Amino acid sequence: MIPVEYYVGLSAILFLIGGIGFLVRRNVLVALMSIEVMLNATNLALVAFNRQHAQVHTGQVLSFFVIAVAAAEAAVGLAIVLSFFRLKRTVRSDEADLLRN
Amino acid sequence: MLNLLLLLDIVPGPANAATPVPETPQGPWMGFAYFGFCAVLAVVGAIATVASPNPIRGAMGLLLMIISIAGLFLALHAQFIAAIQVIVYAGAIVVLFLFVIMLLGSDAQTPSDQRGRIPRFGAAALFAGLGLAALTLLGRTMAKPKLPGDVGSDFGSIDSIGKVLFTDMLVPFEISSALLIVAVVGAIAVARGKHGELAEKGALNK
Repeated sequence: MIPVEYYVGLSAILFLIGGIGFLVRRNVLVALMSIEVMLNATNLALVAFNRQHAQVHTGQVLSFFVIAVAAAEAAVGLAIVLSFFRLKRTVRSDEADLLRN
Repeated sequence: MLNLLLLLDIVPGPANAATPVPETPQGPWMGFAYFGFCAVLAVVGAIATVASPNPIRGAMGLLLMIISIAGLFLALHAQFIAAIQVIVYAGAIVVLFLFVIMLLGSDAQTPSDQRGRIPRFGAAALFAGLGLAALTLLGRTMAKPKLPGDVGSDFGSIDSIGKVLFTDMLVPFEISSALLIVAVVGAIAVARGKHGELAEKGALNK
């Protein structure tokens, strides 16, 4: 049996990696993938805490909904990336300056 | 395969509900080895996702991380979530990313940019500091770790999750179906643009 804290620590490390990637990288595709890394980390924490409180299934059901929202987010985000690419011919996020000034 | 999972104390054995199976001598060691294997692969995959200049390699790293996290879900008695993770994430989301990367071709890889380095890396360092603080707090509680107790054989099965989904969580479940419909319609509307614009400009089939 592995303590739940190990899973939560791994989840924190993964969330950290995803957040740093989202902040540092300029490629919109990589930024979206970093968001997926962060969502996966939260799912891991939810399922690990649900393992500790095993009378109910709330954590697993919540992570199910997180996966559904992640699927919707990926579809809409990638559509926005395609539309942005058609406008600017690039996927660099600092080229998105139509609303500047 | 099932024998291996039983050995690793991942899936409960058939007689687990009535009489707890006595811990095999190599049981905890194997569990830690499995956790370490999956955890290292997940961290390597996440680092490859955010650090590789080529987005295709990034998508492959994401796939590695997703599959290792599905393995950890199995170790946490969440069989249904592990299956959903592989089907939805590895089967749909990563493939969607790969489609878009292939559609963009070589334009998907952006040259490295030096502008705005200081605010970007400053924000990342601040975030990393906060995360390390959280990990330190977690490390203090790890001094006396709480071992999770035994679970029934139906914990995390499709049966029990389905019961919760269709009784207590029925309204959120139905709302999530509406969310998915709206997302699909919105994705088509955003990606398609104005009528005929795609064929006219030929942006995507140059």
